Amino acid sequence: MAILAGKKVIIIGDRDGIPGPAIEECAKSAGAEVVFSSTECFV
Amino acid sequence: MKAVIKGAGYILAHTPDMVLHNGTTQTTERIVNPDSEYLKQLPSHLRDWNTVLAYWPNQVYIGNKTPEELATIPQPWFEQTCDVNDRYGKYGQMMPQEEFLLLMQAVDVFDLVKMEKSFVAEHKAAFAANEMIDETIVARIKDGIEAEEIARLVNEEHSEPLYHNNVLVGCVNRAHDIDVNLSAHVMHENMVSKASSVLALLSALKNAGVAKEDVEYVVDCCEEACGDMNQRGGGNFAKAAAEIAGLKNATGSDVRGFCAGPAHALIDAASLVAAGTFKCVVVTAGGCTAKLGMNGKDHVKKGMPIPEDMIGGFAVVLTADDGVSPEVNLQIVGRHTVGTGSAPQAVIQSLVTEALDRNGLKITDIDKFAPEMQNPDCTKPAGAGDVPLANYKMIAALAVKRGEIGRADIAKFADQYGLPGWAPTQGHIPSGVPSIGYFVDQIKAGKLNKCMIIGKGSLFLGRMTNLFDGASFVIQPNSGVEETAGVSEDEVKKMIAKAMREFAATLLAGEE
Repeated sequence: MAILAGKKVIIIGDRDGIPGPAIEECAKSAGAEVVFSSTECFV
Repeated sequence: MKAVIKGAGYILAHTPDMVLHNGTTQTTERIVNPDSEYLKQLPSHLRDWNTVLAYWPNQVYIGNKTPEELATIPQPWFEQTCDVNDRYGKYGQMMPQEEFLLLMQAVDVFDLVKMEKSFVAEHKAAFAANEMIDETIVARIKDGIEAEEIARLVNEEHSEPLYHNNVLVGCVNRAHDIDVNLSAHVMHENMVSKASSVLALLSALKNAGVAKEDVEYVVDCCEEACGDMNQRGGGNFAKAAAEIAGLKNATGSDVRGFCAGPAHALIDAASLVAAGTFKCVVVTAGGCTAKLGMNGKDHVKKGMPIPEDMIGGFAVVLTADDGVSPEVNLQIVGRHTVGTGSAPQAVIQSLVTEALDRNGLKITDIDKFAPEMQNPDCTKPAGAGDVPLANYKMIAALAVKRGEIGRADIAKFADQYGLPGWAPTQGHIPSGVPSIGYFVDQIKAGKLNKCMIIGKGSLFLGRMTNLFDGASFVIQPNSGVEETAGVSEDEVKKMIAKAMREFAATLLAGEE
């Protein structure tokens, strides 16, 4: 968890995997600063 | 009143030249990296007509093979040759590119699609011989113009070129000089959607045995938008396709929801029928040029053919109860709400278990689930995994959590309650609905009972919300003709007589 503390994070989620907002919540709870988050679709 | 599914139509158009010229992965690459290795190698990875005919997932899509049969074929399926290679199937057909280009011209009512003379002369007879194309549609084909004029339109008038075997054979003109919503690019995209929707509509009506004049309403659920600069998504694809298909007594409207559009549209259509508003409603959608070759970079990198070379289309015919056809159960409807969130578990709960819980059902009370039916040949090489399988694993995990199956049963859940994916990655096209034709047949044959269609949509791609979306519904066997609601005249007379006798009895009792 500590690896994300104080780090700026860019999140690209996958709509058929783990979407951006879900990763965002995890990253924030680990102390990261989310600078960009989106979910992409490949289908 | 109940809404039943009379039949479905499924069509594919093989459009390899549109992969090169209209798929957004390719058009983007041409802008940002015009000399890329990918663009150089891509043409040699395109499939020919005979290869797409003998491709297992395509034969399942048009109904010549079943999903069960497909499940027995080792993956990747592009390495296998299907023993059936008919272009026509139980549910529809595969249309070769040359016929599809002529169909695009036939559905054009603003003289925007121009075809070259010799191309029309060479392919018109084959187009006219197509089982789904009647004389009214053939009559719409024009003789064509000179190749030089087409080249001029493309070079000087911003027309969108139409290629066949890499030869310029036509173009789609812009419908306005400066309105970007009527640009040649948009008109081309919309014309492809309309043409494939018309073919799906005709196929579905034939399969359902429903006469054109009996259709009262059409709902289009594709992912394109038609309109001008003053109303960008004004619509109405549904009515435009109904016009060409000859559905004179129909009107219609468009329903949108990204890939979840078809599930929303089918719930709407079933509700319209169940409410008695219309007796016959058809849900239809054409395909999407932008998604052609969407994962092509990974397919080329892995040395495989481009499987995303098919424009898809589907249509489903719903009518008032006929006492025989499978019905849409409007009580078991799942929906992803604003408050659901985007976590995969929450999404599946909202679409599957909450709807079942409201009806006192378990996950195992559903015989088959049809979530996103994307062909894994398209998605696995691109790192997106086997999408239907991922959905089955999540449903299975919820079933374990609810104590409805054992942990050891997760591995076989997909085989027992699922189907492999066979639909092209055309967004809304694979979204649950490819299974409807198969489910209807299996339910009528008494082999399946309750089947759930699940559509999921990526609303966040429109940048209006970060929300996900989805909807689901259940198809089940016809429960028989409903008793007529209300009370008969005879029963009313008996009730009045009974009341009078009781009244008389109270009077007599009062006298005593």
